[in-house]
Amino acid sequence: MKGKAHRFGDDVNTDYIISGRYKFKTLDMDELAKHAMEDLDPDFYSKVDQGDFLVAGSNFGCGSSREQAPLALKHAGINAVLADSFARIYFRNSINNGVPALVVDTSQIEEGDELEVDLEGGTVKDLTRGLELETKPLPKVMLDILSEGGLIDYVKKHGGLTV
Amino acid sequence: MGKTISEKILSAHSGLDAVAGEIVVADLDYMMAQDGTAPLAIRSFRGMDGKEVAAPEKVALCIDHSAPSPLRAVSELHDVMREFADEHGVELNDVGAGVCHQVMMDRGHVTPGSLVIGADSHTCTYGALNAFATGVGSTDMATGMLTGKLWFRVPESVKVTVNGSLAKGVYAKDLALMMVGNITADGATYEALEIGGPVIDEMDLDGRCTISNLAVEMGAKAGLMECDHKTLEFLAGRVKPDFHPVTSDPDADYKFSVDYDVTTLEPQVAKPHRVDNVGLLAEVEGTPIAEGLIGTCTNGRLEDLRTAAAVLDGHEVHKGVRLIIAPASREILLAALREGLIEVFVEAGASVMCPGCASCVGTHQGIPGDGENVISTANRNFKGRMGNPEAFIYLASPASVAASCIEGMIADPRRYL
Repeated sequence: MKGKAHRFGDDVNTDYIISGRYKFKTLDMDELAKHAMEDLDPDFYSKVDQGDFLVAGSNFGCGSSREQAPLALKHAGINAVLADSFARIYFRNSINNGVPALVVDTSQIEEGDELEVDLEGGTVKDLTRGLELETKPLPKVMLDILSEGGLIDYVKKHGGLTV
Repeated sequence: MGKTISEKILSAHSGLDAVAGEIVVADLDYMMAQDGTAPLAIRSFRGMDGKEVAAPEKVALCIDHSAPSPLRAVSELHDVMREFADEHGVELNDVGAGVCHQVMMDRGHVTPGSLVIGADSHTCTYGALNAFATGVGSTDMATGMLTGKLWFRVPESVKVTVNGSLAKGVYAKDLALMMVGNITADGATYEALEIGGPVIDEMDLDGRCTISNLAVEMGAKAGLMECDHKTLEFLAGRVKPDFHPVTSDPDADYKFSVDYDVTTLEPQVAKPHRVDNVGLLAEVEGTPIAEGLIGTCTNGRLEDLRTAAAVLDGHEVHKGVRLIIAPASREILLAALREGLIEVFVEAGASVMCPGCASCVGTHQGIPGDGENVISTANRNFKGRMGNPEAFIYLASPASVAASCIEGMIADPRRYL
């Protein structure tokens, strides 16, 4: 996966990812995507190209359990989120929806950097800066869910969960 | 090596001898989703080709976050929930039943030693009843409904011991905010808190729920307490007495331990826009406020309403201030009515809402205006949380919110007690 970095800081909560004032109204994720990250960056949606990456500091996705958060990012065009750490419910929700949530030291990645992510190899290359970073390995159950494209397809195929 | 409460509950529900760090598939005792998460869970359930709910008697849906519906589009989503509940024979708690978490406890769906998931981050509240209860997303909820099971990483645990005693005018909320400020918003991420000590033993169940409710604001997966005579008193008549309370072993392994002495603790406040931006209420005394909110899954219980009424009795809400009060459940509203608390609120000039989440999530019932300060008993003060990114939210105890609404500015409640 190749794309450019959209850079945010620490403790980006789910209200910032998609505000409650939108998410209770609709299940149309393309519509919600237009409001993704809007309280932090009103131009976020228009800046993202399909296949880009959201890059954040620690505790990304803290706050509520709303699955609309990773879905809004996915429908905005975000292919994976890279962060120093994730809040746990967001972490599960992201994987469950087929959006890799990768724990990696993001301190040197800057806005607009060209990134190349190798899921299997567990690496992130910052092509702009010539860096190669290692991601923290995901547990097997999460890799299995990701490889099916998300938990819905996983359960459809396997009829339930196995670890 | 002994075991923590989390290790014991997840072992018992997976049939394994599980320790922290392991991943297990465990049988769920109960599942809940609310109107912000259930419609998506229903969509995921159908996406999995789900035909039948594995155990309809273990599922409750609650309409509480936007209730009654403020918009046509929301009404449609509520109908999706009603139709699903009818079709599958699962319990629907419709508009007016109350905040999902309080409904779950009031209706006896949570027992000590049980494993509960809820598609709402504050599901950790039931840790106060000795249940391993944790928030999940909609697709995890759908998996639970379809199969009766879910995968869990057995969390490491953190032991929190609260010593001393709380002074007059200082409440469970002040203690909980102090903990969030001290442990920070991600200080316990992925971990289970085990909270105990003389202050918790002494505390009523309503206060314990407030503390467990805020566990997720420290990143925690659960906020567990032990079962005692107060827990049993609450459960009597609500649940079948065939549950098994769980305690940790004396030699259980903890990631770290924290000890507090709260004897000199003073009223606390979380300042905009972070729950862990906690300081003394005294630091922000005199800050003008336009709105107060007393209620939510954090502080909408009977003891909270009693405290607020004691402060408000004989006083009026300050000119220009809206005080919104939402009891956490129908049972609590009825009890408050019978005790005369609602009369005190109405006479003081407060607006009493139907049981539910009120303006906590910014969907309805009191969205603040631009530049306004709000003081609230809720659990989140993120920018935009109450529906307006141009507003500023302070979090405090019901007594502090009540006193502030009398004075029209952030005020110390102790002079009203």
